[in-house]
Amino acid sequence: MLIFEHSHTGRRAQAQAPQQAGAAGDLPAALLRREAPGLPETSELDVVRHYTRLSQKNFSIDTQFYPLGSCTMKYNPRACNSLAMLPQFLSRHPLADADTGQGFLASMHELQEMLKEVTGMAGVSLAPMAGAQGEFAGVAMIRAYHDARGDSERSEIIVPDAAHGTNPATATMCGYTVREIPTDRQGNVDMEALKAVVGPKTAGLMLTNPSTLGVFEKTIVAIQRIVHEAGGLTYYDGANLNAILGRVRPGDMGFDVIHMNLHKTFSTPHGGGGPGAGPVGVSERLRPFMPIPYVVEDKGFYRWAEEADCPQSIGRMSAFGGNMGVLMRAYVYARMLGREGMHRVADYAALNANYLAVELAKAGFELAFPERRASHEFIVTLKKLKDETGVSAMDFAKRLLDYGYHAPTTYFPLLVPECLLVEPTETESKETLDGFVAAMKAVKQEAEADAELVKSAPHTLPAKRLDDVKAARELDLAWKPA
Amino acid sequence: MPFIPHTQEDVAAMLNSIGAKSIEDLFDEIPAGLKCGGLEAVPAGEPEMAVTRLMHERAAQDGFYLNFIGAGAYEHHIPAAVWQIVTRGEFYSAYTPYQAEASQGTLQLIYEYQTMMTRLTGLDVSNASLYDGASGLSEAVLMAVRAAKNGSRRVLVPGSLHPRYRAVTEAVVKNQNIELVEIAFDPASGTTLLDALKPFEGQPAAGLVIAQPNFFGALEAVDPLTDWAHRNGMLAVAVVNPMSLALLKPPGQWGSAGADICVGDGQPLGVPMASGGPYFGFMTCKQALARQMPGRIVGRTVDRDGKSGFVLTLQAREQHIRRAKATSNICSNQGLLVAAATIHMALLGAEGLKRVALASHANTRALVEKLCAIPGVSRAFGAPFFHEAVLRVGSEAGEVLRALRAQGILGGYALGRDYPGMEDAILVCATETKTDGDLDRYTQQLERILSRRREAPPCAYKS
Repeated sequence: MLIFEHSHTGRRAQAQAPQQAGAAGDLPAALLRREAPGLPETSELDVVRHYTRLSQKNFSIDTQFYPLGSCTMKYNPRACNSLAMLPQFLSRHPLADADTGQGFLASMHELQEMLKEVTGMAGVSLAPMAGAQGEFAGVAMIRAYHDARGDSERSEIIVPDAAHGTNPATATMCGYTVREIPTDRQGNVDMEALKAVVGPKTAGLMLTNPSTLGVFEKTIVAIQRIVHEAGGLTYYDGANLNAILGRVRPGDMGFDVIHMNLHKTFSTPHGGGGPGAGPVGVSERLRPFMPIPYVVEDKGFYRWAEEADCPQSIGRMSAFGGNMGVLMRAYVYARMLGREGMHRVADYAALNANYLAVELAKAGFELAFPERRASHEFIVTLKKLKDETGVSAMDFAKRLLDYGYHAPTTYFPLLVPECLLVEPTETESKETLDGFVAAMKAVKQEAEADAELVKSAPHTLPAKRLDDVKAARELDLAWKPA
Repeated sequence: MPFIPHTQEDVAAMLNSIGAKSIEDLFDEIPAGLKCGGLEAVPAGEPEMAVTRLMHERAAQDGFYLNFIGAGAYEHHIPAAVWQIVTRGEFYSAYTPYQAEASQGTLQLIYEYQTMMTRLTGLDVSNASLYDGASGLSEAVLMAVRAAKNGSRRVLVPGSLHPRYRAVTEAVVKNQNIELVEIAFDPASGTTLLDALKPFEGQPAAGLVIAQPNFFGALEAVDPLTDWAHRNGMLAVAVVNPMSLALLKPPGQWGSAGADICVGDGQPLGVPMASGGPYFGFMTCKQALARQMPGRIVGRTVDRDGKSGFVLTLQAREQHIRRAKATSNICSNQGLLVAAATIHMALLGAEGLKRVALASHANTRALVEKLCAIPGVSRAFGAPFFHEAVLRVGSEAGEVLRALRAQGILGGYALGRDYPGMEDAILVCATETKTDGDLDRYTQQLERILSRRREAPPCAYKS
């Protein structure tokens, strides 16, 4: 039932709205609304009960193991939420002067400094509001750098075929042509293909390392040399930073610009799809172009650096400076982890991923890159199972839901047929991983014995398999009363 | 180990299974020369109790102020139920609802949100939200250019638009050869006049942006502006405050055909100001433009049993499918904020939201009257305003605001930085959260400060 179907004319949550309304007599009648917008008319209890019940129809980290590859669904510590929501922080207006927010700005400045240290970059701006916006800022900085040098013939961004879809989409948004290069059999960038496309038109290369195939690009140093010698810059997509936190730094790998997904590596909540935060880090030569605002410290006083301080900046990403509440959660998390905790993130993420990969291989699952070390995630391919039983990766994923596990990422990366991309994260225990292996085995046996059971899954969730095709063909995007 | 559950026995058993001697071995594919050191600049980890104490100290340092700043972020009462429900783990710690059957809570909530936004704005289709109002406008500009039948890459933008919205849009679209042309506002009314648009008649442009109320709180003549855009082959792009739409004419009814795209910041609907975010951008449009929309969209469908359910739809527009040809690189929405707004709108309903709008407007009107009774203070613009207005105080605004701040009052936003020649102008806003006592406190303090400045002007003003 929709909230609209709980509506009764004349019912209101009386305590929540102003008692006194006032008149609109001074406003021109032609600019006023003639009919009230059709919002629900409900009591406070109606609303609380409805949305509490809706929440119970979700899988979440707090209720289920959520090994969604490339998304780093680790536990979101509760203290991060309660401390970011202290009333003084919540009530501060974004345009209030810096002297009214020294506690807040000091926290943001320290977060910038910590991110610089763990990534090995020379500067960090917290402005981008999501990973994709961080990518946009990063590629825009690459463009601004070349333009500032009068090197404006560079029109191409090189992207490996294993990359996240945001990489090519971002390059296009920044006015670049995308040159895609293939991956070799070991899951590395194909060096010959790279050498063939790199040249005077190359503005830059975007790379995720470890790649979306769950393996470390061993030839990273050579890749950097090839791109840099051609005058291009290199971009690090921080989607998989959890795999190397405290172990290897993008700055030390030679990257010129990076973005981080704090909703992955720094454990801020995914919130059903957002908000995220996608800070960018840059090497020295890109510092003048960083997006504004970012926090600067002057003799113990913190303030935003804005247009006047940064004339070459690529500009603003949001009206007020970014997803501050998300950044505060990341700050609290980083303070609780501390320097010893940073490398433990990568250590135990790698331990869990390698253990799970090995256990699944022992259970008869085919790994996409069995001869490679898993990073923080790995790929299982169900191609053989599909050929033998007709059960697809999607069917398999849906049946896992019946066992109380959120499915791994399916059909990404696009290079591996019938794939499951599995990322357990460091916050899960051995028992949880063992339970997941048992569920994977059980579903595989079901597929072999009774394929239809798996193909028609899920059977125990609030909805059975939903019809995507009908949804796209017969668009129903807003409720209309029958 | 914070947030890591492994016992020593677990680690030993797991390494044994993998066939590795130590965790170090798991990183043996990384070239040795790349491994990093001890991260000395990161402080040592602290337990929750110590970090709690630190954050409480920082919060206390920032304190509370009596706030009269609006300028795109508004202080409204947020019912207690809103964030208690939003921060339930099932909403808070879920991901994008790609596995629809395991995400019906989030998906149905977004469908309800989309329905509410279409009703509030009077348009046909809503997406599941964008990052914020300003980035929402940049997406609307890109969308208008994609949809423009005349192929133009030029969009007309009023000078009375929020300057930060302009700045963000510029930053996003400039790399795609899109030109934003500023239309000067009328200095008497503070609004965009048709006369100012005359030079652009018959010249191709993809869209005209119309902000209602505009940055100054002034009400634009939205009907003739929308009609003018359509007459000249442009899309009309509305930028609105969603709370105001409980009272003001919805963009879908502007002019004879309605605005084509509507965007704005959803912050006034249950989202705390929080130094600037996270907020959310909303976007609605006419049916014909639905497939040009960026961002996630939820649709209603049926399951195998024919039972109603919800899924992400029209994904063929998006980056994970279309890659370099996607409508945008965006791949998230501001899910939690959308949850807050949906619960907020459900609690308040149309009547409650209208009361918020009217009470905020009445408070701002009362404040403007009180302040304008002080010698030297007057309204800057003549047009009718909604819940926000520009006052000239006859003295450098930044200094006046600093003096007010010393009394615990944030007196408004100084416009001089964005509008040369308006160095004595302050944009003020008093929402429903303010009492008569609050308005009087502001008035008394401003009167005292201005009279002292008249009696003993600062050095620079002495002849």
